[in-house]
Amino acid sequence: MIYEELQRQIEQLRALSRNGVDLSEEIARLEAKLAALKRQTATPAPSPAPSPELDDWERVKLARHPKRPYALDYIQALTEDFYELHGDRLYGDDAAVVAGIARFDGQTVVIVGTQKGRDATENVRRNFGMPHPEGYRKALRVMKLGERFGFPILTLIDTPGAYPGVGAEERNIGGALAQNIYELFNLKVPIIATIIGEGGSGGAIALAIGDRVLMLENAIYSVITPEGCAAILFRDASKAPEAARALKLTAPHLLRLGVIDEIVPEPPGGAHLDPEMALCALKSAWQRHLREVLALPVDVLQKQRREKFHKMGLYEEITESSFS
Amino acid sequence: MAIFGKKYFKVELERLERKDDETLWMKCKACGELVFKKRVRENNNICPKCGEYFFLTAPERIELLVDPGSFEDISRPIVAADPLQFIDEDGKPYSEKVKKAQEETGLANEIIIGRARIGGYPVILAVMDFRFIGGSMGSVMGEQICQAIQYAVQERAALVLISATGGARMQEGILSLMQMAKTSAARKRLEDAKLPFISIMTYPTTAGVEASIASLGDITLAEKGALIGFTGRRVIKQTIRQELPEDFQTDRFAFEHGIVDNVVKREQLRDELIKILRLFAPLLAHSSAVAGEAHQREAIV
Repeated sequence: MIYEELQRQIEQLRALSRNGVDLSEEIARLEAKLAALKRQTATPAPSPAPSPELDDWERVKLARHPKRPYALDYIQALTEDFYELHGDRLYGDDAAVVAGIARFDGQTVVIVGTQKGRDATENVRRNFGMPHPEGYRKALRVMKLGERFGFPILTLIDTPGAYPGVGAEERNIGGALAQNIYELFNLKVPIIATIIGEGGSGGAIALAIGDRVLMLENAIYSVITPEGCAAILFRDASKAPEAARALKLTAPHLLRLGVIDEIVPEPPGGAHLDPEMALCALKSAWQRHLREVLALPVDVLQKQRREKFHKMGLYEEITESSFS
Repeated sequence: MAIFGKKYFKVELERLERKDDETLWMKCKACGELVFKKRVRENNNICPKCGEYFFLTAPERIELLVDPGSFEDISRPIVAADPLQFIDEDGKPYSEKVKKAQEETGLANEIIIGRARIGGYPVILAVMDFRFIGGSMGSVMGEQICQAIQYAVQERAALVLISATGGARMQEGILSLMQMAKTSAARKRLEDAKLPFISIMTYPTTAGVEASIASLGDITLAEKGALIGFTGRRVIKQTIRQELPEDFQTDRFAFEHGIVDNVVKREQLRDELIKILRLFAPLLAHSSAVAGEAHQREAIV
């Protein structure tokens, strides 16, 4: 069973390689895994062979895969009557953030996401999914609109991070992120945040405060990119794969650390290989969680939202007597 | 104040020792002049020859701001854990890095929480120490800031946060990112209690801390010479491949772009705080009469 699945993944990757995407590394890795698995089961194992878990770096590559479904793909497939809103009313409109009102599962919702481009032209327009302050301010404006009318909020996160540029700093990107984080805690409507691809640091968390934080199986969420971490801590950006493993940035790790609430399954080999399945999985997760959070009174919801994040972190207690 | 074994010391200003006190003279890195160390200390760690600001440790900063004898370290007795079992490229585990920082600074953590009076007004201080792993925010700092907020609410004191930080602590991975959320969520309690939150940004206040709690002050001050920004200069330069303006992310840049309310010289920070606190006095515990009078006396003298 596991063999067949691995075999299928390898074939799918090969098919994709023929379209000009270099996946030789992934293929080699999967083949090695398959061979290892065959060896393992050739001699009768005392316990069942573990299901093949993707390596963290492979997941980073899947999370960034150019064929992966992006925010608008989910919005278009899962919602009806999406009406996009533009501009932050202060400075401009940032195409790296899409925001609007739509209907999901018979309910009017506000939907906000970071959006990457499919090709070079669109990527220039969308700034590779790296928002400026006006993007975050637009997001907050539209989410507050949702609050006014009692519409629940769905966010889709897929960004390498907030844009590192002069204009962003001039317009106080740090302040914009801080304001979003702060205000999201205070919104009087349910929020479901989903990391669908890259969850890049401050630029991601500024849209990822929610009553539920979901994460796609091959998405990543990290305080810093593996490349950035490698450059700073290891003084060598090419050590990104090691950094990726050290940072524990994949969904299974984050679930264990209590940072996310649920992993949304992807088809074998990644969401891009069977987008239909990925869309379906997110749809049912949203339906289920939305039902749960809509059943709770707002004050309870807000209290739980705060408490959930308040619990995050790990430190060691020392005795008062050793601290004097 | 060094830490031996498992003994952690609370900060007592009266016992403040200075590691480098063996030498009497130091060379100013800005003007190159040899200056008498004691003179530098008395001058708030500012070069008496050229006015260059030298680095201040957290205890030194506290000493500079509070009413003499009023400070009490109320930090929670916690220290960093190693949730990711993080190992640097040089093979050193994060836990060792923490231990080394504790030994070098004599502090248990990168932030000190204290109760004090400034011009007679009750404040809760949260002061970062850049020497301690770049003053970076991990789970400990997040928790300590939340504690500080709780104390401020319980005691009806103003919260004064002094940042000196490179941002989130990478070695704690996603949990350090989550401290941005944790601290920002807690900040609401000050708002609900109608208590002022004064955020002071120093050199440097960047990344994860700048993009959360430090930017959520009711009043935001930059110390003269501060560095304020989200993304570091080097990273931006690599991304845009252009020269950056000379004053990029400086105190003046922050002021001109509306990011801070005022830029304040180090030697004037205490007076500036007293000026601000006086305006909030009716909201603070036992501050009105005594503190007001004390300050008036000061002003007359």
